[in-house]
Amino acid sequence: MELLRINTAGSVDDGKSTLIGRFLNDSNALTVEQEALIAKKTKEKGMQNLDFSVITDGLIAEREQGITIDVAHIYFSSGKRKFIVADSPGHVEYTRNMVTGASNSEVAIILIDARKGILEQTHRHYFISNMLQMKAVVFCINKMDLVDYSEDVFLKIAADINKMTAQFETTPDVYVLPISSLKGDNVVNQSKEMDWYQGETLSQILHTIKTGEISSNIFRFDVQQVLHVQNDEFVDYRAYAGKVISGSLNVGDTVMVLPSGKQSEVKEIRKFTDTLNAVQAGESVQVRLKDDIDISRGMMLVKQPDDNLFAKDIKAKLVWMDEKPATPGAKYIVQAGTRTTQCKLQTIEAIIPPENPSDLQDANQLLLNDIALVAIKTGAPVFLDAFKENRANGAFILIDPMTNNTVAAGFLER
Amino acid sequence: MTAYKESHLQRLEDESIYIMREVVSQFRKPVLLFSGGKDSITLARLAQKAFYPAKIPFPFLHIDTGHNFPETIAFRDQLVKELGVELIVRYVQDSIDQNKVQEETGKYASRNALQTVTLLDAIEEFGFDACMGGARRDEEKSRAKERIFSVRDDFGQWDAKKQRPELFNILNGKIQFGENVRAFPISNWTEEDVWHYIAQEEIGLPSIYFAHKRKLVKRDGAYLAYSDFLNIVDTDEITESTVRFRTVGDMTCTAAFVSEANTIDEIVYENKASKSSERGARMDDKRSEAALEERKKGGYF
Repeated sequence: MELLRINTAGSVDDGKSTLIGRFLNDSNALTVEQEALIAKKTKEKGMQNLDFSVITDGLIAEREQGITIDVAHIYFSSGKRKFIVADSPGHVEYTRNMVTGASNSEVAIILIDARKGILEQTHRHYFISNMLQMKAVVFCINKMDLVDYSEDVFLKIAADINKMTAQFETTPDVYVLPISSLKGDNVVNQSKEMDWYQGETLSQILHTIKTGEISSNIFRFDVQQVLHVQNDEFVDYRAYAGKVISGSLNVGDTVMVLPSGKQSEVKEIRKFTDTLNAVQAGESVQVRLKDDIDISRGMMLVKQPDDNLFAKDIKAKLVWMDEKPATPGAKYIVQAGTRTTQCKLQTIEAIIPPENPSDLQDANQLLLNDIALVAIKTGAPVFLDAFKENRANGAFILIDPMTNNTVAAGFLER
Repeated sequence: MTAYKESHLQRLEDESIYIMREVVSQFRKPVLLFSGGKDSITLARLAQKAFYPAKIPFPFLHIDTGHNFPETIAFRDQLVKELGVELIVRYVQDSIDQNKVQEETGKYASRNALQTVTLLDAIEEFGFDACMGGARRDEEKSRAKERIFSVRDDFGQWDAKKQRPELFNILNGKIQFGENVRAFPISNWTEEDVWHYIAQEEIGLPSIYFAHKRKLVKRDGAYLAYSDFLNIVDTDEITESTVRFRTVGDMTCTAAFVSEANTIDEIVYENKASKSSERGARMDDKRSEAALEERKKGGYF
């Protein structure tokens, strides 16, 4: 079975939880416990329609306040595909959570209230989906039942979406469809109220989008640790355990070790008791080389030398995720893959307002949820590619050395 | 089942192995929390695959409530012998004897919640800085919000509102002295994935997971295994039936399913058809709507 990772985003009352609940309900994927809880809560709150939000709001504070605080992960299967949905809250700290949820997803679902049309939040969601290079963005124009299922309303919002997406050079695949999560129109079942819409339902779209990470062909391998074994069966066994970040590797390939630049030939690729001829992006393996080279955690194997990987002065888009603001000159730990090193925030070149990305703003500090273009100086090379060219090897995090908290997500520019 | 194997199970296994290697590389003294249930048995298999031909580079820790199914303990001892790993066992009974916790009383008495104290003591005794567990996000709604690396403070507490953002596959394992991390390598697996993986890898399980005849106590509509640990009351009905367990905790709080399923295929089919979640069988979660979250805040795993 194939697996699709989805991120859902929407403003406060756009009905994300209802959409997810509806999707599960109509896909026959709710457990009897969930069904009982929904029925109980619906009755307690005296609601007319089923209250699906109880499925995603998992924390006590969330249920008390009726809001979603943290990204929830929901797992279900339609029988044809497996889905992991990261449900990002629409409240405070919105950007931080959306970036987190989106970083591990392939597809974004953005909800729009048909009565309100495109809002500032919608621009923000789309900007983030675009910045994170999601494979596809599905705009669900929700609450169509509240605008009499009007085609005109839908067409107007669809035109606005077109205008918004046209501002970007590259864009994910975009889908736009009219739905009502409350009533179940076009979520899993085709709407009976909107015969003017002949396109796919949300479920159909999510079953046709191609699964799997989009990966660059450039070979990158992060060394997580060195395994050394000495026993009767394995004499002087030395292997580099790690993950193929992007590209592929074959036995016999010549690889170069970063940072030393030394070269050797791949002698063996191992997964448990199997030895393999070739491996692809995403696979966790052990690699053995013909020559005995000094290799340790944090080093990288590549096929082609690339000077850019060695850059210590890097330009990046940064999403600030901490309550404490960042100012130029501040020092952090940068972590990229298995590498960590000191770094300094050199300059804040501009803040990018997601609602209007071309209207760059000057700033002397970064506040929670700000997105900015920055220059960073690292203590050692972090071996990153431009995020645009290699999504799997283009992102990093910043860690505050005082608190150890993850305070920013970064996307390398070139 | 082959189609299953080729695509997403492979992706899940790769991710879990990556996480385990990060734990071993980023922490000084990791440990694997081993309960003898199917999820921790799956973790043991993943650990074997992640480091072979090297030995599994961390010990297993079992917090023994004293209320285990005997089949689980026998299975545990056999498995650690085969894997050649060190097994550390710490007993809730000792915590009770030391007056650190008090045995619950009454019909619903269980040692499940008491485990937390024994666990935190063991973490301190050995100086473990990372505890790997087999929790999955699909199990329960507060688990759905848990990070893969979940930081706990000096007191083992989980602060749901202050979790670190976790981006891409970058795992930030930096902690202050005294803190520890709970790491969950199979966060993204579902119950069904675990069963399919067990079938694919031909992993052995304690016999209680398969249909067997057993003496039972029917209480509140659920079947509990008859044992000396259970406080039997007048309203309980003693009966016998062919059952299996879908999740394995203490004998006092794990409910059995009436079932004839003897193979993994039958179990997967039956679980699916029941449309019920596995934690539906955990009496410890039924104490209140937020039972698990409350326990987790206090340091429960």
